[in-house]
Amino acid sequence: MSYSITEPSNRQKWFAGILVVGYALLTLLPLAWIIATGFKTPADAIAYPPKVIFSPSLEGYVNLFTSRSRVTPEDLAALGPPTTWYDAIVRQYDMVINGPSRYGERFMNSVIIGFGSTFLSVFLGTIAAYAFSRFKVPLKDDLLFFILSTRMMPPIAVAIPIFLMYRQLGLSDTHLGMILLYTAVNLSLSVWLLKGFIDEIPIEYEEAALIDGYTRFQAFYKVVLPQAATGIASTAIFCLIFSWNEYAFAVLLTSGTAQTAPPFIPTIIGSGGKDWPAVAAGATLFLLPIMIFTILLRKHLLRGITFGAVRK
Amino acid sequence: MSLNLAQRVASATPPKLARRIRGVSDRTIAWLFVTPTILLLLAVNIFPLIWTIRLSLTNFRTNRPNNPVEFVGLENYRKILTNPDTWASLQATAHFLIWTIVLQVVLGFSLAYLINKKFRGNDLWTTLIVLPMMLSPAVVGNFWTFLYQPQIGLFNYFIEFFSGVDPASFSMIGDVSLAPWTIVLVDTWMWTPFVMLICLAGLRSIPPSIYEAAECDRASKWRQFWTITLPMALPFLMLAVLFRGIENFKMFDLVVQLTGGGPGATTLLTSIDLKREAFEKWRTGFASAYAVILFVTVFGLASIYVKALNKVKDR
Repeated sequence: MSYSITEPSNRQKWFAGILVVGYALLTLLPLAWIIATGFKTPADAIAYPPKVIFSPSLEGYVNLFTSRSRVTPEDLAALGPPTTWYDAIVRQYDMVINGPSRYGERFMNSVIIGFGSTFLSVFLGTIAAYAFSRFKVPLKDDLLFFILSTRMMPPIAVAIPIFLMYRQLGLSDTHLGMILLYTAVNLSLSVWLLKGFIDEIPIEYEEAALIDGYTRFQAFYKVVLPQAATGIASTAIFCLIFSWNEYAFAVLLTSGTAQTAPPFIPTIIGSGGKDWPAVAAGATLFLLPIMIFTILLRKHLLRGITFGAVRK
Repeated sequence: MSLNLAQRVASATPPKLARRIRGVSDRTIAWLFVTPTILLLLAVNIFPLIWTIRLSLTNFRTNRPNNPVEFVGLENYRKILTNPDTWASLQATAHFLIWTIVLQVVLGFSLAYLINKKFRGNDLWTTLIVLPMMLSPAVVGNFWTFLYQPQIGLFNYFIEFFSGVDPASFSMIGDVSLAPWTIVLVDTWMWTPFVMLICLAGLRSIPPSIYEAAECDRASKWRQFWTITLPMALPFLMLAVLFRGIENFKMFDLVVQLTGGGPGATTLLTSIDLKREAFEKWRTGFASAYAVILFVTVFGLASIYVKALNKVKDR
């Protein structure tokens, strides 16, 4: 490497590195604690001083996925020996498994609503962004600003009329209602991001295709779409993360059938007080996919979180 | 080049033939592509907004649909603006907003500055630092209440470890004087990486040649920081503040899970207050007026700020 007067010295690098790594470790501690607590027994989870070293247990996960009830020791003895490993865990506490808990359902709701709204908002966003990028749309700047400004409204403020509207239309507490709502919220992000990505594709590619006899539609999906694939994929992940994490609308507009995981996880309780290992297990399963996506997305992070205002 | 090749070809083609070749005109495609988006946004954003404004002029209550709905004019607005509770929750929001932004700017900029020293492995650590920000605030906020438990919490243990204070003697969430700082702390933990990422982009956008020139002129490092680094990163920093400001003015999920607005009303941010009025007390008309006031406030403050931002950018 050539010598440069602006290159930081090795001592500076070490100093900076130690501070940043220190901050990172501190900031990751709560996340590590969530994962660790999921594998603790309830007794270990509330031990003081906090236990860093403990013998791992799957109790939290068993409690997360099952609903249980207490039985008398006589009834328990009458049941005979436990047939499965999770039965054995539950029986230590004089309990039997009644059936699955609601966590699986709630998680699936998150998946359905997340992917459904992501698909819709990316689809609508892509065609709108293409039109904004390539055609003369009357009042283009005003429309783009309007699309952006929809993000400034506090969700609770929008929720009042949506709540009333959805009740009238029979959309409250349905998957379709939540998908439409999240699509509308995500559209601003998807239009702005995708317009940036499509702007970067040279217009000459399409012109060449048009001269070769392609129609506009063909040029769009045979030339522009493949070129924008990376941009579309990263936009999709950002939309998915938003829908996945959203809480305010979910807690106000869903209760039974379409409730997603974020309003559900905090309501997990055990038989005596809060079952923190089960909460932590639920949180771990729910947060891990996003952690993985974040690592995959790192090159597009900045662009995604700033609506394309900052590009690297 | 004002007319590119495709346009020249297009203008040379007779219109009838062109339509046959292209199927649909560009104009039609443009409308076809934009309309669904606009319609959906009108239905889910603008129509509700207009409805909110209409409701805000009435005494409508969702839990009493059979009550006669009366037009009360600006009465709801008057009630809100003269209600000391509203101002208390605005004050709580201001405290939250100002301190989160100050802490996040200082921490985020310092981290970006350090990462920009390009030590080995800085990419990996940057990605790891970003993780908290991408996670569900409600789920993570809920777990923080566990870390803040007075008897068993990890946070209280840390405080005891470093200061010797009895961990059972204070409750970050239950204490009136501590709770406003508790939400500031968790929000800072979560969103400092956001400010850091934007600042990092700002620092990386400064061409090294400027520093080289400054070195030649024998400007001290201190002076270089104040005359080159900070002014050139300032537009980015201001953009980060704008985003955080809007987001934290709307703050709901994280704080509602952490403190639920309590103890008392010490962390009752406007969004949480609004939620109580609208969905617990069911004073729909009143809450709609509240929502309109909040929206106008965000929009007004953001517009003023964007003007200032553009001035800094143009300089």
